[in-house]
Amino acid sequence: MAVLDKYERRVLISLGATVALFIFSILYAKGRYKSDVPECLPFNKAYTEPKVNKIDSTTYQVFAVAQMWQFQPAEIYVPVGSVVDFFLTSKDVVHGFDIAEKNANMMAVYGNINKTTVKFEKPGVYNITCHEYCGIGHQNMQARVIVNYPEQ
Amino acid sequence: MKISNSLKRVIILELSIPVALLILGIYHGLMQTIYRAGILHQTSFLKLEYYQGLTLHGVINALVLTTFFAVAFGHATIAFYLKKEPDRRWTWISFWLMVAGAVLAAWAMLAGKASVLYTFYPPLKAHPFFYLGAALLIVGSWIPLFNWARIYVAWKKDNKENKTPLAVIGTLVNFIVWFVCTLAVAYEVLVLLLPWAMGFTTAVNVTLARTLFWFFGHALVYFWLLPAYIMFYTMLPKLAGGKLYSDLAGRIAFFSFLIYSIPVGVHHQFSDPSISRGIKFFQGFLTYGVAIPSFITAFTIAASLEYAGRQRGAKGWFGWMVKLPYLDPDRYLFAYLISGLILFIFGGLTGIVNASYSLNNVVHNTAWIPGHFHMTVAGPVFLAIIGMSTYLYSKTAGKRVFLPKLNVIIPYLWSIGVLIFSTGLMWGGLIGEPRRTNLGMTYLNRDNPLFHPEWVPTTTLALCGGIIMFIAGMMFILVFFGTLFSKRKEEAILELPVSEVYHDEKRIPLFDKFQPWLVIMAVIIVLAYTPAVINATQNPGPGAPPFTPDSPVPIVTEKTK
Repeated sequence: MAVLDKYERRVLISLGATVALFIFSILYAKGRYKSDVPECLPFNKAYTEPKVNKIDSTTYQVFAVAQMWQFQPAEIYVPVGSVVDFFLTSKDVVHGFDIAEKNANMMAVYGNINKTTVKFEKPGVYNITCHEYCGIGHQNMQARVIVNYPEQ
Repeated sequence: MKISNSLKRVIILELSIPVALLILGIYHGLMQTIYRAGILHQTSFLKLEYYQGLTLHGVINALVLTTFFAVAFGHATIAFYLKKEPDRRWTWISFWLMVAGAVLAAWAMLAGKASVLYTFYPPLKAHPFFYLGAALLIVGSWIPLFNWARIYVAWKKDNKENKTPLAVIGTLVNFIVWFVCTLAVAYEVLVLLLPWAMGFTTAVNVTLARTLFWFFGHALVYFWLLPAYIMFYTMLPKLAGGKLYSDLAGRIAFFSFLIYSIPVGVHHQFSDPSISRGIKFFQGFLTYGVAIPSFITAFTIAASLEYAGRQRGAKGWFGWMVKLPYLDPDRYLFAYLISGLILFIFGGLTGIVNASYSLNNVVHNTAWIPGHFHMTVAGPVFLAIIGMSTYLYSKTAGKRVFLPKLNVIIPYLWSIGVLIFSTGLMWGGLIGEPRRTNLGMTYLNRDNPLFHPEWVPTTTLALCGGIIMFIAGMMFILVFFGTLFSKRKEEAILELPVSEVYHDEKRIPLFDKFQPWLVIMAVIIVLAYTPAVINATQNPGPGAPPFTPDSPVPIVTEKTK
């Protein structure tokens, strides 16, 4: 008598193959499209002051600080084609940071620095929405990245 | 079988108290869809604030109902299969601890002093009674495990060569996972948060607290789910008129849950700072491991149902699907379980999306997430809980189900509601709609500069689903309390449907004992969580002072002055 019914065994084998395919896809996306989760940095006080650093014409650093109930800086102007490194922290409770069009998605945590990189290829206004409950004013908390503002 | 009056009373109380609280929990579920669809543009309605109601919705539905039910169902399962009742005194101590915990937390939430949502992430601070209540509820739910383990060991001594009943394995696995995972949240609550909330310590390491929470938080979802799995394996085939396709598959599934349920929690923290990519990837990989027992279950249960359909005269490849007793009021439990299974197909698949590492960037903390988990916890979990609550209550109290024809359509109506509701939420999530947000104030308010017209169809769809779910939920409340207030008509007994097994495999000792699995469980947890905890202690900077939800100014305590 077989230990396990043959259909049951075939299901287990096809399961293994499916999971292997999923893991391959994740690794492929990571290698080919640089699709990854936020970078892990140790805490550094330098990132707790909100500012925009222009490194060269298309490379920017943004030190974003989330606080109840706004982001600083609240409006960020960059030209088309910019590659922006966002460094994110929180002054108080946990906040979220989501640029939905760019799949940039991070948590802002007091005493912690989060980092992701976004390339803005098209002109427009990109909302940064706080997507973690942060108190009674949570639903007001949105900032903007403005790409190719005519005056800039 | 006959059971003592004491056990009967505990089971009935543990089933009916959370169902009474559920009225409030479901009420605010409906209210959220109304606010979010932009029908209300205000912070509160009928003296209940949005985020206060959201906290009540999460704590009552996902912690209180599920924990009380799991304990009651565990008592019933162990007593029924091993023919021995748990120790009377400890059973009542467990019950009163859980009630005291629920009352303390409910007071803090209703008084508006704990609007911190059911995840209570610091540095948002709740009233100390909220943390104390959570701790008492958890400690109360630990006690039965030790009782049941003693009964099991004694039974095993007399039945060395007999297979342990599958339902007993499932129940013990569930509470072992629960005990281990709640150790972390008990540490978080009692060591990190309670002294900090009371002003004895000044700062808390937020990332460490979040890591401890999710050590517990993902295993929690299996604690919700395993009672439903026990019903799928040991009852559903019988209710369908067939047999369980494979008993061994069930054992493999339950022991897989034992080893994989906990070391996967970091997949809730893919977007967190201070935790390295390596450990996030490793735990994401292990999360696929925990999908395997669910896939096995999907096949085994479908095969069991196919067998049942054929026994009932079905022909062809798919004929069995229409031959099942979907609307039989006498087998209403079948209706509850099959609806949950259908929802779980979508719940499981969307869960795999969430676990898929960088794909999380697309959906993290958007409305997609509640869209997903309403097809799991508000799907198979909730339907199994309410169906079994009616069933266990009516049997142990000797009563007939009130409005049986209405009862049998509740799960289908609920499922239609959930499918519409979750479609709205997931669609919204994919276009950036945030979860846990009073959208009606700003984003869904035409007079506000932050108005987002693209979220109008998504939140409207969620509202339609929410209304249907609310109606089905209230129909359940009517059936349950209608049964409760009816007169006793039958003999009060403890009885569960028991499936026979189609492939009754030879007893394999490895799948009939806990020790080797407990060792593997410990090894994987240590491997997966040591680096995460090291990251969470070393990478963050200063700890955070406490904040209340209404002010950006931290609470000043004697120590910080």
